[in-house]
Amino acid sequence: MQIDAKGVYYKELNEEIRYAIDRGETEIELVGVNGQRYIGGGLRAEGVTISINGVPGNDLASFMNGPRLVVNNNAQDGCGNTMNAGKIIIHGDAGDVLGYGMRGGRLYVRGDVGYRVGIHMKAYETHKPILVAGGIARDFLGEYMAGGVLVVLGMNGNGTPTVGNWCGTGMHGGKVYVRGGVEDHQLGREVRPFELDDEDQAELDEILEDYCGEMGLDLADVKSKPFVKLIPYSHRPYGKMYAY
Amino acid sequence: MSRAYRGHVVPGATRFEIPDCAGNPYTEEAPFKIHGGCGLAGIMDVTGERFSGREIRVMMEYLHDRGNGLGGGFAGYGIYPDYAKHFCLHMMYDSEGANEITEEYLRKQFEIVHAEPIPTAVVPSVQDNPILHRYFVTPIGSLLEERQLSEADFVVDIVMAINSGVTGAFVASSGKNMGAFKGVGFPEDMADFYRIEEYEGHTWTGHGRFPTNTPGWWGGAHPFTLLDWSIVHNGEISSYGINSRYLEAFGYKCTLRTDTEVMAYVFDLLLRRHGLPLELACAAIAAPFWADIDRMDEDRRTLMTALRMVYGGAMANGPFAIILGHAGGMIGLNDRIKLRPLIVAEDGDRRFIASEESSIRAVCESPDKVWMPKAGEPVICNLNEDVRPAESRVM
Amino acid sequence: MVTTFIPPEFRVKIDDEKCIKCGRCVYQCGWGVYEFTDKPIPDDAKCSACHRCVTFCPAGAITVERNPLAFKESANWTESARKAVWRQAETGGVLLTGMGNPRDYESVFDHLVLDACQVTNPSIDPLREPMELRTYIGRKPDAVKVESDGGGGLKLAEELPPNILLETPIVFGGMSYGSVSLNVHKSLAMAAHECGILMNTGEGGLHKDLYPLSDRIIVQCASGRFGVHDEYLKAGAAVEIKIGQGAKPGIGGHLPGEKINPEVATTRMIPTGTDALSPAPHHDIYSIEDLRQLIYALKETTGYKPVSVKIACVHNVAAIASGIVRAGADIVYLDGFKGGTGVAPTVIRDHIGLPIEIATAVVDQRLRDEGIRNQASIIAAGSIRSSADMAKAIALGADAVGIGSAALIALGCRVCQKCHTGCCSWGITTQKPELTRRIDPDWGAERVSNLIKAWSHELQEILGALGVNAVESLRGSRERLRAIGLDQQTCEILGVKPAGA
Repeated sequence: MQIDAKGVYYKELNEEIRYAIDRGETEIELVGVNGQRYIGGGLRAEGVTISINGVPGNDLASFMNGPRLVVNNNAQDGCGNTMNAGKIIIHGDAGDVLGYGMRGGRLYVRGDVGYRVGIHMKAYETHKPILVAGGIARDFLGEYMAGGVLVVLGMNGNGTPTVGNWCGTGMHGGKVYVRGGVEDHQLGREVRPFELDDEDQAELDEILEDYCGEMGLDLADVKSKPFVKLIPYSHRPYGKMYAY
Repeated sequence: MSRAYRGHVVPGATRFEIPDCAGNPYTEEAPFKIHGGCGLAGIMDVTGERFSGREIRVMMEYLHDRGNGLGGGFAGYGIYPDYAKHFCLHMMYDSEGANEITEEYLRKQFEIVHAEPIPTAVVPSVQDNPILHRYFVTPIGSLLEERQLSEADFVVDIVMAINSGVTGAFVASSGKNMGAFKGVGFPEDMADFYRIEEYEGHTWTGHGRFPTNTPGWWGGAHPFTLLDWSIVHNGEISSYGINSRYLEAFGYKCTLRTDTEVMAYVFDLLLRRHGLPLELACAAIAAPFWADIDRMDEDRRTLMTALRMVYGGAMANGPFAIILGHAGGMIGLNDRIKLRPLIVAEDGDRRFIASEESSIRAVCESPDKVWMPKAGEPVICNLNEDVRPAESRVM
Repeated sequence: MVTTFIPPEFRVKIDDEKCIKCGRCVYQCGWGVYEFTDKPIPDDAKCSACHRCVTFCPAGAITVERNPLAFKESANWTESARKAVWRQAETGGVLLTGMGNPRDYESVFDHLVLDACQVTNPSIDPLREPMELRTYIGRKPDAVKVESDGGGGLKLAEELPPNILLETPIVFGGMSYGSVSLNVHKSLAMAAHECGILMNTGEGGLHKDLYPLSDRIIVQCASGRFGVHDEYLKAGAAVEIKIGQGAKPGIGGHLPGEKINPEVATTRMIPTGTDALSPAPHHDIYSIEDLRQLIYALKETTGYKPVSVKIACVHNVAAIASGIVRAGADIVYLDGFKGGTGVAPTVIRDHIGLPIEIATAVVDQRLRDEGIRNQASIIAAGSIRSSADMAKAIALGADAVGIGSAALIALGCRVCQKCHTGCCSWGITTQKPELTRRIDPDWGAERVSNLIKAWSHELQEILGALGVNAVESLRGSRERLRAIGLDQQTCEILGVKPAGA
């Protein structure tokens, strides 16, 4: 079914979406979206796809638990905030603080992403959040990251570094894969770059295959450059800083 | 240091008292610093083509939820072509008495070419508005000579004198061919109140306020202005304390206790008085990190080190996104670790800056280019050179 | 006959059951407290409560306690007042002492609280995000002048006057070789290098072993001109003219001949064993224009390195500091009345001067009012006891703080206030080889570096809570301070609002 969101305040729009899902709708298309906040927010529903035409507002899919969202345009800030499960496909760029505290599900972005992406992403029991950015990411990527997987491809970067500075600062769990590598000065002091082992490669291959399938990209092209893995090398990087 | 920077106040101005209007909200200094979160937007046409204020109104309407109705405002540039060579003072008065006495004072300082009430409309949600007047003026030549001041410094002195020394009166804007329209209310209400759709300008900025610990007051809404500089600002300058003391040493009076006022004066100091190019003024305000400076080539490193050494007191620290409007266009700038949102778009001759992309898409459905600027790197949207007014001080 | 009416201040107790009679206490004590017959016998009167014996007794058998001897109560004729009278009746002498003012003048720092961010602006995580402490001290212009670099870019058109980079806004205060041991000097110089800060020679010259480290050393030029020669002046990162010292404003110095061993003598360029007298004033400075003459004499000699002028904070400190800046100083080093000393008359140390908090506030404001704040850096010293004091001093307007006592305490000093005796059991304020070797410079440098790093981390924590990520955003930002329990006038002088306002 289709919902015309043009000029509709977020509260009414989100109510309408929830009502449609309650009625059993599994394919919902939103048109004329512009800036409405919290689309998909807190939705607990398996097997539902919401496709969004236009630019959804802040906190897209916050606390979302299950649905699949497809954004055919850019997304704003705070997307996937504390998301638990589900899948978000963004065919444009996404803003700052993407996937904050994300605990599960997948968040794929075709274009560039902003500052503090994947901040405090964490894994829990069987949940493993996965976030892939096709373009570049800005500073503080994976800040405080505690679990899950971040992948940055840096496609069409035009010379802009694939990740910004302070990458992985405060990181104490999870993995970041960066296509093409990073400079040492870009890294937070808690992380170091490593070559991928077989297990990493298998994990990354599965993610990239899925990502390329969703985005319609050529997998071989994506894999044409080597990846580097960033992981924290200490669970207690600040142990020496304190006196008792 | 010249007299202009030391003197602060025009002789006689501090003795200038208006009876029976003590305690008025429009000129009373805010008792403590005003905190707030906000939404902002800007739109311009680089060819200088003028367009109605309707579009900036729509842009702000889309950012409604970022404000709380305690402050909204707009700055328009190119809106007074008939008086383009004169400074335009937008005044707020709390009483007829303040109005009369301030006018008498202005007449002693300026040749007033034209004066009129600022046209307004009845908007139910907008109440308790001050008396609003505008004056198109030129400093009296003999006074300029007597005080050994440039026209701009003269006007700055008068603005500082009225805002800090005259009870019941507030200068909302003081530039040429521009004006600020602001007050207590949501931005779209302010737009209707001031009838900004009836003006045409080449550059517009707008702001919706979310002040958190003082009641909104008309003078405290954004934009904050000085000469043709106008600032709309989202965020909070955590370094306000030192920024204001730094500016006071250069003769600025930070009477409004808001960090945005401070930003307007810092730009005035760095761009107009110190003559820094815009790029460097922005680098002083949103300074690069030492770690980044250390990796620069030697000339650049020396320059940036000097900037940080000299302008430590001018650095704005804490989360901010601002749009600086000026005679020649507008500039967007973020704090150096990008703690506030800012998004930019280009569509033909149009340039857009906003807190959220949806605000831009509301007036331009598919821009040629949309991007998020880097932290601390200014987005400079200038009028094309052939239409840039001589007043434009931005290099 | 009894030679003194003055009862001992402390009692040394040895637990006979624990004592293994090894004699280490006898060896450790610099004051000659112990005699050893078949077991150590302490002479209480000689004890300074420096805890050296307590710390090093392998059996943990020694305790030092306050002499419980009761005095008839008098809030007016305190125990220390009575003892001072007895001492002077016995000797006819000026009472001497060491370290800083011990009297319970209220600390202004302890009446100031810092701000933090909540909701309206974010605090910043100092461990994971950039948090910059880098500070340049020296003269700066009001504006930066730039020009085209010929390739479409910009470059600096006018070079800035020389400044010194500090990686954290701390310097060591001047403590002379002679008053402290060479190993102390080495420890401080090595720590300054390790931490990217500055050590200060004090007025006793620079030992030849330290010349390789001199790019992180301020060389002092005081009234006695000990060890001051062209090579010394040129070696330093900056030169400091010492006008006064917080512990003894208006008073010169007197290093007794016993401390002038051959090494000290060579460094000071005076004969071995002679008293080293520092006149109260510089006899080439009887007025402010004379200061200017000396400042420029030093600049001419050093190729225009920064010149610091160190003064004790006295009542008219703001006007004095203004004059110093206008005389051409690049740094004004303010030493508050709780600052330490190797030796000073007790009456001077305890009753003259101003608190550093007040002095910093009025000097910063005065320089701003006069539009000359950029022309010099302010270093605040005189009992900076913690990173909190440092942060508050910076918020009041200091560019950096100077620490002397804290650095010595890091090396083991127990603040026993007997520096002038030259018997320091911790090997700090002594030249006796058996005592000075107790400080290994590598060990000392590590301890002092640890202190600087810990305070720096704490300052970063404070900045993060304040929501700023560079120290210049705290510098002079009195808006981030509030006063608890200070009267209105003091608040106004400090430029700080009372808590709640």
